Amino acid sequence: MKHTLAVLVLNKPGVLARISGLLSRRVFNIESITAGYTEEQDITRITLVINGDDRELDQVIKQLSKLVDVIKIKKLESPETIERELALIKVKASPAQRSDIVDIVEIFRANIVDINRETVVIELTGDEEKINALCVVLEEHGIVEMVRTGKIAISRGPGAVKYIHDGNGA
Amino acid sequence: MVKSGAQILVECLIEQGVDTIFGYPGGSVLPIYDALYDSKIRHILTRHEQGAAHAADGYARASGRPGVCLATSGPGATNLVTGIANAYMDSVPLVAITGQVVTSQLGKDSFQEADITGITLPVTKHNYLVKDVRELSRVVREAFYLATTGRPGPVLVDIPRDVSAGLTEHEDPGPVNLPGYKPVTEPSPARVSEAVQAILAAERPVIYAGGGVVNSGANAELLRFAELILAPVTATLMGLTGFPGDHPLSLGMLGMHGSKYANYAVCECDLLIAVGVRFDDRVTGRLDCFAREAKIIHIDIDPAEIGKNVRVDIPIVGDVKKTLRALCERLEPRLPGAWQEKIQRWKKEYPLTYEENGRLKPQQVIREIYRATGGRARVATDVGQHQMWTAQYYTFTRPRSFISSGGLGTMGFGLPAAIGVQVACPDEVVFSISGDGSIQMNIQEMATAVNYDLPVKIAVMDNGYLGMVRQWQELFYNRRYSCTELRNPDFVKLAEAYGAVGRRVTKPEEVAPVLQEALAVPKPVMIDFVIEREENVLPMVPPGESLDKMLG
Repeated sequence: MKHTLAVLVLNKPGVLARISGLLSRRVFNIESITAGYTEEQDITRITLVINGDDRELDQVIKQLSKLVDVIKIKKLESPETIERELALIKVKASPAQRSDIVDIVEIFRANIVDINRETVVIELTGDEEKINALCVVLEEHGIVEMVRTGKIAISRGPGAVKYIHDGNGA
Repeated sequence: MVKSGAQILVECLIEQGVDTIFGYPGGSVLPIYDALYDSKIRHILTRHEQGAAHAADGYARASGRPGVCLATSGPGATNLVTGIANAYMDSVPLVAITGQVVTSQLGKDSFQEADITGITLPVTKHNYLVKDVRELSRVVREAFYLATTGRPGPVLVDIPRDVSAGLTEHEDPGPVNLPGYKPVTEPSPARVSEAVQAILAAERPVIYAGGGVVNSGANAELLRFAELILAPVTATLMGLTGFPGDHPLSLGMLGMHGSKYANYAVCECDLLIAVGVRFDDRVTGRLDCFAREAKIIHIDIDPAEIGKNVRVDIPIVGDVKKTLRALCERLEPRLPGAWQEKIQRWKKEYPLTYEENGRLKPQQVIREIYRATGGRARVATDVGQHQMWTAQYYTFTRPRSFISSGGLGTMGFGLPAAIGVQVACPDEVVFSISGDGSIQMNIQEMATAVNYDLPVKIAVMDNGYLGMVRQWQELFYNRRYSCTELRNPDFVKLAEAYGAVGRRVTKPEEVAPVLQEALAVPKPVMIDFVIEREENVLPMVPPGESLDKMLG
């Protein structure tokens, strides 16, 4: 079963190596890992998708919590969570095929961001299933190259995964 | 006042109460060694950096205070790694300080450069590369705080030479503030209540005590708790000194080479109270058979240990000492019943024994060391058969008196660890019990013992084999002794060459007089005990078997 975790870490050198090293040496099954800046200058947010049962999930959370630079971990439950991924897909597109591809792009509300005599580059934002579905359709035209960001996620509603500063830093 | 990084480091160490450093100098730590030259900190020069790490580890285990080791960049730092990993596996508070190439040369494959923070990532509780001298005092304060609080462990601080040599106007960094590190020490009252209910309901309780008892200094609390509920106590290798081995409720060690009565008790108990342990595979044997009739209460300061290897019914995250106190407050004394009788019957029926046949037996040697020292010695061991015989036959009664490499199983640990123990406890008798294989892995530390007049007594259980490996080959590989026979140097001459005293014992009747002589000499003594060559450690649970399936 897949689980999505929001992990807040102090923005220190080597923090990603600490996290990825821990996940691999404890033999956890990672689907994707993405990292980026947050509204707090010194905090990086990592979105982690892991594959495993509840016991494995429990261990991932506990072991990550032991890292000194990890300051908060929250499991994001899927109905209350918005999940997105960005994909850039380079597809073979001879002039004859182009209109077909443009139709597909419109149906998926994707964008064409580069075009030349042989290929087009399509940009799509969506959840994993939507991107997978586009890939299936594009495959018959021939996918030359693809890059995906991995999932990022945020909860719906006013609640937030935040680190609250106070006097002791608790 | 303007100070150098090295001066700031030394002042921070003194502020942390450090009186001794074990180390080895080199190019990248020259500024630090220069600052140590006229400081009040004692520096013990080992003959190998691995020896420095193990000595600092032994010092920490015996004293309960953090051990400190120091090495130069590159090979100096990598030589510490086994010692750091060893301390990590056994949760020993250790601060390792390494020199590093100057910051402008980092990442350039410079002379004696090694990415030691990268290398030690998996074997430290945390580590630091200090790139700015203004950060140094804060980092050192944090390093000691991390090493000694919560579940203790090693922390490495890597200091480039331009940082230790760099000058700065030193400012106090203030109290430690680590937002991602808040160990829970107070047990949850609700969990304590659940545990009390389970204890009241149990008919056949067993306490399974580990290194967490020793680390937490909870010996008195464990004794009170066990006597209150009349539960027998079995200990892991790391927990052996957490409970007096001569107490009627003591079952000694459990697991692969545990006593039969300890393993039977765990198999038949209806409540297992696991205190500061991590359900290591050498303890549990086959997991699905381990304590299969029991409800499990697991007390540990590290939440990640709970549920890691076994399912737990009542988890209590907290300091062992505080948790046992909270439990004792809620419990009334119990009267002995059928369970306690059964335990005593097992102890009579299945005592630890060995065959006496007129030849020199290692078990006899350990018992004689016990008698000669009144059971009061601090005993460090290496890893292998002699280690298990020591755990089985030296009845430990004092906290922190058994210093052994548990989790990592590091041959070569014993002698340097004993040196660290002797430095921490100068007025006590310190034994290093070793094997002829293990002792040669850090034999160079004989020079350190002689150099600093550390009168460590080294007992080598010499069977001309890598005994434990040979035992496995005998039992599981049809006696094909592949690469386990040793052709050894003359240990007596070797001891003498180092300036220590050397003796050899080949007959049972020589053991006691030679031990008396060794104890009377205020010098390091190495005794070569030429023991029965193919003696086995028994009982033994074959790997992957249930604890009640013991050989021997």
